[in-house]
Amino acid sequence: MYKYFKLITSASLALCLLTFASVAGTKDDVVKRGSVNCGVSQGVPGFSNADAKGNWTGIDVDVCRAVAAAVLGDAKKVKFFPLSAKDRFEVLKSGQIDVLARNTTWTLQRDGGLGLEFAGVNYYDGQGFIVRKAAKINSAKKLNNAKVCVETGTTTELNLRDYFNANKMKYEPVAFTKADEAVRAYDSGRCDAYTTDRSGLAAQRTKMKDPKEHLVLPEIISKEPLGPVVRGNDENWLNIVRWSLNAMIESEELALTSANVDAQKSSTNPAVKRMLGIEGDTGKHLGLNNNWSYNIIKQVGNYGQSYNRNVGPSTPVGLARGYNRLWSKGGILYAPPVR
Amino acid sequence: MTGFKRHLVRNLQLRNLLPQLLLIFLFIGLIYYFTYNAGVNMKARNISSGFDFLKTNSGFDIQFSLIPYSGSSSYATAYLVGLLNTLLVAFFGIILSTIVGFVVGISRLSDNWLLNKFAKVYVEVFRNLPLILQIFFWYFAVLRALPEVDKSLVFFQSVFVNIQGIYVPKFIFTNFHFIFYGIVFSILSIFFLNYFSKKIFYEKGVIVPVFKISLIILIIFPIIFALLGKTTYIVEYPTLKQNFGIFNYIGGTILVPEFVALTLALSMYTAAFIAENVRAGILAISKGQKEASKSLGFNNSQSLKLIIIPQALRVIIPPTTNQYLNLTKNSSLAAAIGYPDLTGVFAGTSLSQTGKAIEIIFMVMVTYLSISISISILLNWYNKKIAFVEK
Repeated sequence: MYKYFKLITSASLALCLLTFASVAGTKDDVVKRGSVNCGVSQGVPGFSNADAKGNWTGIDVDVCRAVAAAVLGDAKKVKFFPLSAKDRFEVLKSGQIDVLARNTTWTLQRDGGLGLEFAGVNYYDGQGFIVRKAAKINSAKKLNNAKVCVETGTTTELNLRDYFNANKMKYEPVAFTKADEAVRAYDSGRCDAYTTDRSGLAAQRTKMKDPKEHLVLPEIISKEPLGPVVRGNDENWLNIVRWSLNAMIESEELALTSANVDAQKSSTNPAVKRMLGIEGDTGKHLGLNNNWSYNIIKQVGNYGQSYNRNVGPSTPVGLARGYNRLWSKGGILYAPPVR
Repeated sequence: MTGFKRHLVRNLQLRNLLPQLLLIFLFIGLIYYFTYNAGVNMKARNISSGFDFLKTNSGFDIQFSLIPYSGSSSYATAYLVGLLNTLLVAFFGIILSTIVGFVVGISRLSDNWLLNKFAKVYVEVFRNLPLILQIFFWYFAVLRALPEVDKSLVFFQSVFVNIQGIYVPKFIFTNFHFIFYGIVFSILSIFFLNYFSKKIFYEKGVIVPVFKISLIILIIFPIIFALLGKTTYIVEYPTLKQNFGIFNYIGGTILVPEFVALTLALSMYTAAFIAENVRAGILAISKGQKEASKSLGFNNSQSLKLIIIPQALRVIIPPTTNQYLNLTKNSSLAAAIGYPDLTGVFAGTSLSQTGKAIEIIFMVMVTYLSISISISILLNWYNKKIAFVEK
């Protein structure tokens, strides 16, 4: 009898352990672990891309670095998890990552039906097409009967159908799990066009055999506000990610850069003082140290710095700032006040 | 202890049964616990659940489908499209891998040095490379070697091969059902032919060339039926259309390169394993059988066909069943090259568009299980049929 008793006790003990696992908040988990687990793409230059040494760069990567700087005081304490478009939400839901910063479009269904929350928008994008110059077309309206390579499980796939239906054109989608394979298939001639967000087109073009052979068509067929995503059951963590991003945008507005941030400590501007944690108690509301935003600016830089470094006109991706200028400079980038 | 209690403890049947009952109880409890936990967690995170999504519009198109489908069809239809595409690849993969496997397996035992070594190299290369690499090889390397659309390879002025697929003429029939009746009739005739040829053989010792006659029956009866039923057909040839610099074949039937690459990769890979099964099966038959058949006056191919293979099949079939199952399950790698199979369309696209992970994975798992079990049952039945009947 004793043997069975032991069996039953150990089994029920195991059950209890399972029950009590993972109840702490995401921030506590992050602090305890000493790193932010960040879901990124499998390689979109300018957004999230690893170099030969395994160093990740990109504007999505910088959002994760900002969160690490705010919570842990060190922008380097990020662990990256490259994810395919079709797996990304499941990995986030299961708790393997803390933030998903993977050029992900904010939609109602994702916000409402998946149990996720979008923390903001770090790039306003729209979907476009790239074709070979040899195709001799200059408009997406002339893509009738074209074969189009696309990444599966994306809003892109849905917009594609909407666009061709609305314009009464026929097409044949060839859908791949990984962007890499979709681009490779297009580049080898399997498809007449490749479609994704226009930022993605610019980024993927750099990977093609001869980037000059291709042309991005002028049509923008959808709104694609891309932003970081977190699980919907942790409001404190949502706020930390949201305001880390807002701090990057607002610090550009306040002309605070990683270079001048120390000098600006003596500024008399109250907004600057709040941003640097000298006045106010912004940190307390987020459950962080008051120098959280200073760390972001010092270690990651403001939004404009991140943009120019990763996707700006001087980089291989070469995207003009466009909509993503500050509201005060004719764009639509607008952060609520950090106070 | 009282006598009754002692009786219970010492009851051998009860003591054997109790731990098993406990285990079943624990197992059910564990499943219930996980289901309950998942339900609570999903509710807490505001994740909607249930199978209602199957009726809603999918909103995405699929490039290759055996049944009518568009983005305004339901997710249930998308599921069917994926299932049929998986079955299609599995069906052709199993046929092709069996043929190649048998040829290579028998070649492996051939006295011809070149054939023997070629078969050996084939087996070693194809079974030792990861399948996903082989799929990429067939898709990307072979695909790139094909010409562009406007420079297609043309066969008989009607078959066009290019980087975007293989285009063949499409036959559009009227009164097609008469051909179908013809086929049914010829299959029935072949059964009768088989029966009578055996009878003739046993009674008169004359060998009737069953295979050749069957072939003729299979061709002639459908034609006769078609003529009687006034079946007509038109051929729709693929035609090259130009839209600015984009060339396209419109019409005809298209074999997409994703399907071709996947079927080839799966069959070539699986054939290497089947070849080894065939070799093992043949080697398992004792040499005496071959010598006995020779002394009875059978020639080489007769001895292989009538004596060796029927006995070897009993050794070959069980492990080959495993290979068929592997092939079917491996077809789920399709999504990597964009072939819309069950995993790609349903566990991939549909899952990420709806977020119904638990429901969809459950459905897909049950589906693969059903396919695999059906294949097993079929082959086990065949294996039993050809097994020795011991008296």
